[in-house]
Amino acid sequence: MYPIILLSVFGIVTLFLGFSKTKNILLPATLLFLVIATVGNFVEWNKGPLLYFYEMLRVDNLTLAFNGIVLLSAFMIVAISGGFQENPDSEPAEYFGLMLFSLVGALMMIGFEHMIMLFIGVEILSVAMYILTGSNKRNLRSNEAALKYFLMGAFATGFMLFGMTLIYGATGSFKLSQIHGFASNIQADAQPYILYAGLLLLLIGMLFKVSAAPFHFWTPDVYEGAPTIFTTFMSTIVKTAGFAALFRLLNTSFSEIYGFWWIIIATIAVLTLLVGNIGATSQNSFKRMLAYSGISHAGYMLIALTALTKPSQSAIVFYSLAYSLSTICAFGVLMLVSKEKTLEGQPNERYEAFNGLAKQNPVLAFVLAVSMLSLAGIPLTAGFWGKFFIFTSAAERGIIWITVIAVLMSAVGIYYYFRVIIASYLKEGDLIKIRVAPFYQVILLLATFLTILFGLAPGVFEGLI
Amino acid sequence: MLTLLLILLPIAAGVLTLLSGERLAKQVALVSGLAVLGVAIATWLQFDPAAGTQFSFKYAWLASGGISFAAGIDGISLVLVLLTTFLTPLIILSAFNHDYRKPASFYSLILFMEAALIGVFTATDAFLFYLFFEAALIPVYFLAAIWGGENRLKVTFKFFIYTIFGSLLMLVGLVYLYYQTPGTHTSEITAFYALQLSKQVQGFVFWAFFIAFAIKMPLFPFHTWQPDTYTESPTPATMLLSGIMLKMGVYGLIRFLLPIVPGGMETWGTMAMVLSVIGIIYGSIIAIQQSDMKRLIAYSSFAHVGLMAAGVFSYSINGLQGALIQMLAHGINVIGLFFIIDIIYSRTKTRYLDQLGGITQSTPHLSVYFMILLLGSVALPLTNGFVGEFLLLSSVFQYDGWLGAIAGLTIILGSVYMLRMFQKSMFGPRSKWVEGFQDLTMSERAVLLPLVIMVFWIGIYPNTFLKLTEPAVSQLLQMVNN
Repeated sequence: MYPIILLSVFGIVTLFLGFSKTKNILLPATLLFLVIATVGNFVEWNKGPLLYFYEMLRVDNLTLAFNGIVLLSAFMIVAISGGFQENPDSEPAEYFGLMLFSLVGALMMIGFEHMIMLFIGVEILSVAMYILTGSNKRNLRSNEAALKYFLMGAFATGFMLFGMTLIYGATGSFKLSQIHGFASNIQADAQPYILYAGLLLLLIGMLFKVSAAPFHFWTPDVYEGAPTIFTTFMSTIVKTAGFAALFRLLNTSFSEIYGFWWIIIATIAVLTLLVGNIGATSQNSFKRMLAYSGISHAGYMLIALTALTKPSQSAIVFYSLAYSLSTICAFGVLMLVSKEKTLEGQPNERYEAFNGLAKQNPVLAFVLAVSMLSLAGIPLTAGFWGKFFIFTSAAERGIIWITVIAVLMSAVGIYYYFRVIIASYLKEGDLIKIRVAPFYQVILLLATFLTILFGLAPGVFEGLI
Repeated sequence: MLTLLLILLPIAAGVLTLLSGERLAKQVALVSGLAVLGVAIATWLQFDPAAGTQFSFKYAWLASGGISFAAGIDGISLVLVLLTTFLTPLIILSAFNHDYRKPASFYSLILFMEAALIGVFTATDAFLFYLFFEAALIPVYFLAAIWGGENRLKVTFKFFIYTIFGSLLMLVGLVYLYYQTPGTHTSEITAFYALQLSKQVQGFVFWAFFIAFAIKMPLFPFHTWQPDTYTESPTPATMLLSGIMLKMGVYGLIRFLLPIVPGGMETWGTMAMVLSVIGIIYGSIIAIQQSDMKRLIAYSSFAHVGLMAAGVFSYSINGLQGALIQMLAHGINVIGLFFIIDIIYSRTKTRYLDQLGGITQSTPHLSVYFMILLLGSVALPLTNGFVGEFLLLSSVFQYDGWLGAIAGLTIILGSVYMLRMFQKSMFGPRSKWVEGFQDLTMSERAVLLPLVIMVFWIGIYPNTFLKLTEPAVSQLLQMVNN
């Protein structure tokens, strides 16, 4: 609960800091705010489960772990943003303020106990993201992306709200525990169609947010059009919060009617895996490939939801962490590289931009290689154990066929992730020097270190949840 | 603790090589390779064949999941560890002939590879095995992709995706088996042996493992990555791939496929056997057509591994013992032959048989070494190839007379392609490509001499190694037959 309050206050403070002449203070101040919020988050570790705000918000270790991942990702993203000093059009105070506010939304989605809280969380997060997507005002693609994201997002929210209404109509409550009570008392022969319809609509809204197929069409365009730093934000924090919310929803309220929804989620998981992985193979732009890869990772996490067994919980937490770390590294390196190399006046985000990176900057090449290996799920990286836990959760439920599909798709994934490694290590490129600020490099190396640490010793993490 | 040392020492040596700078890298790598060999020999001396798995250690890795970092050595593991540690220093030494770019990275990758291979052969936890199985791929991928020939990027990429696809299927099989273990689950391989699975399930698990190992070895029809990769890789990487990494597949068959899914073997074993025999004949016939010597040996290697697999699928003591001894023999012969081809290539700049000829006239030493290794490869009595091939063919014959007869053709076909290669390259009129061909240098002899000694040792007294593996193999078969 503390980080929600803290971040709301800090967001306002950040906006006021924008009035000061020295913009340089904004970045360190935001980082400090995030550190304080993280400390505030873990104060309640092992104290839960606690309920706040008229039992609308739940705090337990699962919530805190997801909060931790989101706050860590936010810290890294803010740190590599560089304070938005380069573009004279940018408004750093607004950007940082919006990022903090959207974090509040994410934390509400993670900890919701009452559907209204979920709705408010999704809206706070999304509205901030619509603005940030379009923040590159003079770039047409950024504008296009923002508009697309907003229109589609508004639709999805509509579905979500409709779904909540129907669920309320069927069960008489917005509270997860009471919905669970209703669902567990359904007679064997009764068919609560209104509840089913409500759940379906709600799921459509949520699945849109995590870009699962067939609700993914916005993702490649929006990811590609948005400024890369906000793409990073979208693909890590929004996704983590979305999956935390989905997990809580299905696990607490609807585990009793598993038989109804599991096949739907399973179908969507398979579809998402196919669309994400096959779509990614045909991309020429690294950034667009990462968008499709984001879709495919949503597919893997949906497998854990499909199974909904005991290991599912830690699988989703571990997977979100591994995915966020690697994605931040990948986009972080992309930002540095595409800045130095331009194509027709625009930053070059194609694969060729990475040619010869290992010679131009061995550290960046290493960071990129580890993040790609982790996303591809090669052993000794965190990504491998993420996939491993997902597969074990499905195996425990006895759904092997879905694991086989996921494995086939992982093999496809190696194809597109390795293209970047090959470009950076094995192809010749111009000898351009790529400048990296020391702090930026530290953050990337930290993420890489964590990726390898969790890859070598996944047990480090195990005791925590 | 010796097992742990065997896994960690090459890693430490690899890091040391990386840090020692470009000039010293060669020497540091060679010395560390020899040090690892020393540890392996010390293990061998203390090893008691009758005592089962020894030198074990076990650290909790994912304690609540029953997954541990556990390894140990039994007879089967020991033989392969000895092979790996014996060949690695020779591979390092053989690379001294060339000035590879960035030697520190090059030699450290070879040592990392060695660590992963030893890990594969000693792991007693299924997930640890899987981890090393995949990890072994990464160093050799980079060795081939950075220092390889012209087409390297395309070829190695295919190789990487192909093999990793297979091992991912194995992962599904392992995860499934893991969930079948009683209680809080464990991933110890011995616990998998105790599982009682229905016949249908065994069939699925059989396929999950079979495809993984068949791609790795490779067996027909999963071999399409192999000739190109062997040809395009730099010779040390080719040696690692054919000399040692191929054995990971055969080892997997012995350690996993046979004992865990004997029921699957009953259903699908004949099919696997037939595929292996097809591979033997198919590989040999293509080898006869080859003009590129490296490619020729690649296909011969494909044919040989088919015979090893056939021996394993016969699940008889002769078949398994033959496969194990043949793994040693094949590793030694194939590395020697690749090295000799590399020597010829580095002096003449060609590997094509129709451009070579008459090398013997100036090279008595090279010719003798080449001939001995070649005879070992075609299984002449008193050489190492004979023992293994004899045991393997007898086991296939017992399994099915017709298959045995067809597989037996390998002896004839093998002599045809090998002797053809020798004749075309070494005898005949002296070609213009081989003008000024120098005989072996000291360091080249230092590589070939140990190999030739081993050719005769295994050929004349195979019992040294057969008695190491015998108890482990008969125990395994007892379990399968129950």
